[in-house]
Amino acid sequence: MIYLDYAATAPMREDAIEAMRRCLGADAQFANPSSYHAPGQAAAQLVEQARERFAALIGAQPGEIIWTSGATEANNMALLGGAAFHKDRGRRIALARTEHKSVLDPCRQLAGQGFKLDWLDTDSEGRIPPEAVESALKDDSLLLSAMLVNNETGVVQNIPEMAGLCAERGVLLHVDAAQALGKLPLDCQRWEVSMMSFSAHKFGGPKGVGALYLRGKPPVRVQPLVFGGGQERGLRSGTLAVHQIVGMVRAAELAEAARESEFQRLAGLRQRLWKSLREALPRIRLNGSEGAQSPHVLNVSFEGVDGEALRADLTGLAVSSGSACTSEQAESSYVLRAMGRSDALADASLRFSFGWPTTEKDIAEAARQVIATVRRLRALAPDWEEAA
Amino acid sequence: MIYLDHNATTPLLPEVREAMLPWLGPHYGNPSSVHRAGRLARQAIDTAREQVAALVGAQPGELIFTSGGTEANNLALGLADSLAGPLITSGTEHSAVLEPAIARRQAGRQVVILPVDREGRLSPEDLAQALRPGALVSLMWANNETGVIHDLARLGGLARQAGAIVHSDAVQAAGKLAIDFAGAEVDLLSLSAHKIYGPKGVGALLRRRSVALPPMQRGGGHEHHLRAGTENLAGIVGFGVAAEQAAARRERRAAHARALRGQLEAGLQAMPQISIVAPGAPRVDNTCQFIVAGFHSEALLMALDRRDIAVASGSACHAGTGKPTHVLLAMGYDEAAAHGAIRVSIGEQNSSRDIDDFLAALRDILHQPRPAFAAGLFGA
Repeated sequence: MIYLDYAATAPMREDAIEAMRRCLGADAQFANPSSYHAPGQAAAQLVEQARERFAALIGAQPGEIIWTSGATEANNMALLGGAAFHKDRGRRIALARTEHKSVLDPCRQLAGQGFKLDWLDTDSEGRIPPEAVESALKDDSLLLSAMLVNNETGVVQNIPEMAGLCAERGVLLHVDAAQALGKLPLDCQRWEVSMMSFSAHKFGGPKGVGALYLRGKPPVRVQPLVFGGGQERGLRSGTLAVHQIVGMVRAAELAEAARESEFQRLAGLRQRLWKSLREALPRIRLNGSEGAQSPHVLNVSFEGVDGEALRADLTGLAVSSGSACTSEQAESSYVLRAMGRSDALADASLRFSFGWPTTEKDIAEAARQVIATVRRLRALAPDWEEAA
Repeated sequence: MIYLDHNATTPLLPEVREAMLPWLGPHYGNPSSVHRAGRLARQAIDTAREQVAALVGAQPGELIFTSGGTEANNLALGLADSLAGPLITSGTEHSAVLEPAIARRQAGRQVVILPVDREGRLSPEDLAQALRPGALVSLMWANNETGVIHDLARLGGLARQAGAIVHSDAVQAAGKLAIDFAGAEVDLLSLSAHKIYGPKGVGALLRRRSVALPPMQRGGGHEHHLRAGTENLAGIVGFGVAAEQAAARRERRAAHARALRGQLEAGLQAMPQISIVAPGAPRVDNTCQFIVAGFHSEALLMALDRRDIAVASGSACHAGTGKPTHVLLAMGYDEAAAHGAIRVSIGEQNSSRDIDDFLAALRDILHQPRPAFAAGLFGA
């Protein structure tokens, strides 16, 4: 089995597992970081060191980081909590239809609570043009939410430019960066974003942990969604999972250290896979933006094949049709449809996503399997014509 | 170090750590993915769901995994927003129930916080008076500070007969008491893994299928659409094994804790300045809270800490705030007395020797001349 589904989740880095082991077990630093005694304070210190180190990686201050159970919680906190706290500043939220479900669903919930959603149109490459942002932002806009790297296509949005447009109009900017850390350089301070969401398991950390960056100056506030013991300055109660936090931060450091070389390497692998497919198969289409693309995702639509049959027949390959979070639903990718692809084309698409363990051999073998399977399915189709 | 703070958190069992490691290492699929790596992860979660459900006599389909007991309690209390009746709870609940209740009161909802007696017990008459149709009643199974057990068979039964939905925070009861969700007079039950020798960052809410719960965290169809987000795979696997071990070892752990607490309380009773909290109420076997008259618990904790003994005054969540625990205040203790509280919570690795050492250290601290004791504490 060749695993090319790193945008769904990635294996952990050995060093990050090692860091976690030091907090797991009776002979380890297992105490509750809220406890007053020495072992509790030692655990709290691990958490605070991790906070400082993570903040340094993303251009933030330690006090601007809130630990969460993942990017979904961070997105929910930013949107539901941010809108609830700042509702007097405006009742309009701007976003694109290509956002992750953990952004779309909370926004739809807000729409049921009297907020108005202003949809940003993307171009056929999935990019949000600055004009779309300018026309969507109104006097009573409260918040713009945009993902830095799209989880299905790898398309990168111009966040610094959006931040400038938001700042001019006094609109908060939330960035879902779940797919971005370790792929692109991040600088929360300089970009002037209000909030940014992170997920550990996309960059070699454990599942079940993430973070929300909340800008300190000028302060961006959120109403907590979870109440209790008052951890994380009262914004996110619950015993901190020390092992998860140290595992996340170790993985983030390793991903960041390898970022530039991995960017080059993955861009090469991605190019190679695309070239192999394009040369062998007519009537296929790239879903992405060559000018603004994270190299860890290649999304391709194949005309004339049934998507379900294609994925079912690729038994040696772990790839997906799009987001894992929606893979239990049979419908085609809403992201690709928002980019103007037909239902049939959106359905007949594959997302290949690459990570640090991916090799050239994996790519060659994946290309071989996909080419053979697509050719076979097309040969079986009664109405397939090679040159349409 | 002598660790006597198992109600704050417990160390992972070696079995749990070993079970988790493959899911941090080679088996890393996303449980929502349809390919083989994803299906393998999904199956591991299903197994854990069965293991955790079995610990409390529930069906696996009734279980929603969360990021911990706090989230489970908040998720359960969210139900109050879609019910017509009041939210009813007690003054000794954990802050993960009281704080969401207070937030709802501030938002204009009707919230009733019932009083308890000196032993932490709730009167069925008080509950009956507060009950209205469409109420949500939240009462913890066992208290985290005092160990006092609410009589949920009676209180829950009363509430459900009156048409209320009953939630119980069983974070401190699971693995210590026999819980049979199927037959219990509750509809919702919160659990936490790290209180039963499992990992931090994972918990569960059990929910009868008849209860329509609004989701708290949205964005993906995870956990029957009730809790979005990629599952904490290794954490959930660890929770499952911890639950299995808790079920297998429950009686042995309880007997062990009972014996050690008997030894502890016999020693404490010989100290004139010490009074045990709620000695006449049914309590979980591992917990003993006591008041040291004339002392401040923070000073005592520091002095014990310097002797490498880890105990607490009350909830870890309130450590270092300088405020006395709300639990003792709700039980009618005055602030001065509540400030002198120490909680010892026993775990399976503790020995009779640990208790002897703790008692000796406490005696030693209490017998020090007060000015010297204070000087040592504050570095003067």
